[in-house]
Amino acid sequence: MIVGNRTEEGLSELEAVRPPHRLWQTVLTFSKRKPIGAAGGAILLILVVIALFAPWISPYDPYEIFADNRKAPPQLSYPLGTDQLGRDVMSRVFYGARISLYVGLLSVAAGITLGFVLGSVSAYIGGTFDLVFQRLVDAMIAFPGIILALTLIAVLGSSVNNVIYALIAVLWPGASRTIRSQVLSLKEMDYILAARAIGMSPTRIVFRHIMPNCFALYIILATITLGTAIITEASLSFLGLGIPGDVPSWGGMLARASQEFIKSAPWIALSSGIAIALAVFGVNLLGDALRDVLDPKLRGR
Amino acid sequence: MGGYAIRRVLLFIPTVVVLTMIVYFVMWIIPGDPALFILTGGGEDDGGTGVREEDLQLLRHELGIDRPIYIRYADWMWHLIRGDFGESIWYKIPVMDELKNRFPVSIQLAVMAIVISVVLAVPLGVLSAVKQDTPIDYMARLFTISGVALPTFWIGILIVFILAFWFNWLPPLGYAKVWEEPLKNLQQLIFPALALGFHDLAAITRLTRSSMLEVLKDDYIRTARSKGLREGSVLYRHALKNAILPVLTVSGLRFAGLLGGVVIIENIFVVPGIGNLLIDAIIHQDFIVIQAVVVLTAVIVVCLNLVVDLLYGVIDPRIRYN
Repeated sequence: MIVGNRTEEGLSELEAVRPPHRLWQTVLTFSKRKPIGAAGGAILLILVVIALFAPWISPYDPYEIFADNRKAPPQLSYPLGTDQLGRDVMSRVFYGARISLYVGLLSVAAGITLGFVLGSVSAYIGGTFDLVFQRLVDAMIAFPGIILALTLIAVLGSSVNNVIYALIAVLWPGASRTIRSQVLSLKEMDYILAARAIGMSPTRIVFRHIMPNCFALYIILATITLGTAIITEASLSFLGLGIPGDVPSWGGMLARASQEFIKSAPWIALSSGIAIALAVFGVNLLGDALRDVLDPKLRGR
Repeated sequence: MGGYAIRRVLLFIPTVVVLTMIVYFVMWIIPGDPALFILTGGGEDDGGTGVREEDLQLLRHELGIDRPIYIRYADWMWHLIRGDFGESIWYKIPVMDELKNRFPVSIQLAVMAIVISVVLAVPLGVLSAVKQDTPIDYMARLFTISGVALPTFWIGILIVFILAFWFNWLPPLGYAKVWEEPLKNLQQLIFPALALGFHDLAAITRLTRSSMLEVLKDDYIRTARSKGLREGSVLYRHALKNAILPVLTVSGLRFAGLLGGVVIIENIFVVPGIGNLLIDAIIHQDFIVIQAVVVLTAVIVVCLNLVVDLLYGVIDPRIRYN
């Protein structure tokens, strides 16, 4: 057998050669197989870079007011124009990427993980607990996302952290339902039954066999929900109930810009709107491609 | 099927109960003291605002919040079942009166949105499937992919922008009721409905396309073609009839999303529905109104899901629930 030939030396050689290549090669293979998905990933990557380096690449301070240049159209000194108060739109769009991605990534990571834990626990315990817990999930799913988020914001008050809490509450039920059905079908698989038969402990089965098999689903869910999270945050800020006050956020820029100045200064609404659409577009393309590659069973759904 | 229907209805009741519990407890446990809030006029600090303890006690008693929460919940439910949603804290009018005016507007908006999206999406999806991998298909796919990515409010703003820019049109301030001035009402709601339904239009087009592509591969389609049926007959009488099922289900289930989108679209187009009522209530911290709107919306969604599930069993005899 080949395994027998793997000497200590051979193994260390393999380890020394493979790791630096693997991630890069995975990305390369993925890009070849799914060029559109890779383009989505590239859009997302560019936005992440903009968000990280916003203080260095922004032409101005996003809070700085140029009172003489209110609603200035796009020009050399203000590439995307200025807003109704005379603040540079491009700088605000760059800083807005920070808020959008920070809120989006954090709430998705927390929300999907929570859904993951609750969904798999509910499926694994089963019985009456599962039956009762799933009614809670049913009820949570019945609230339209934005309405649930608005209600929580109404109670908690609007702040960046509260927007994240509200998004977690919106995201976990759907994720837990999907994970639950995956775990339920895994539970009946032969190799899980075999693991049980040889006396493996439930904890070990969950960690060794069930969790790794849900990992692909976790990645897919996280990517697909990131779009929803970004849109919901932007919607809340758009309604003036999300990211508070003058903090630069894409939704917030659209709020005032859209209604009052759509005719006199369309660049304010257009630039933040295009930023949101681009982010969600990128995430969706990447999500679709990841779904096709990681989980062929879900293709086309 | 009978057993399934009974079980499905039995699961519906606890879901609605849990749903009302979530809303009630979220509304009344976290926010602290609504009486203090009302007396301080929404001010943040609770010390040194000159609120007298007697007034506070009196108002708490008036609002009924001096009793334990489970008794208040039972009391609220008892009134709710009889269609009494209580009185608005801010406007001092029965919430039911407001809901009667507002809910039909939002429901009409959502129904118009779903009708527009299905009517446009199904032919487009069929066309895209039949002309697979031609420029028409690419255009349709590009449209669906961008339609799904664009947030509802962005579509709404774009429509307002286009209308304002080229046609000098702005959202009207008044609102014409459908049974009084039907034509004016349709004129007012057609653009908001289009904006609201755009996302679903894209999603349903995509679903129709993939569903049609799957069905067109089936044997009975080949049989229909080989016995010399006209292509139109094959497509519409045989293929679409089978491909439309998942489309109808998804359209029904998408209603929940539409009721959420209504909040934003009503804000943009100044439509006096529940969305604007909710935003208004949140700004005034009118918890009685907020909980009424939220509960009613969620109950409508649950009912609709039940109907869709049951209908699905009736429409498609292949489905055998176990």
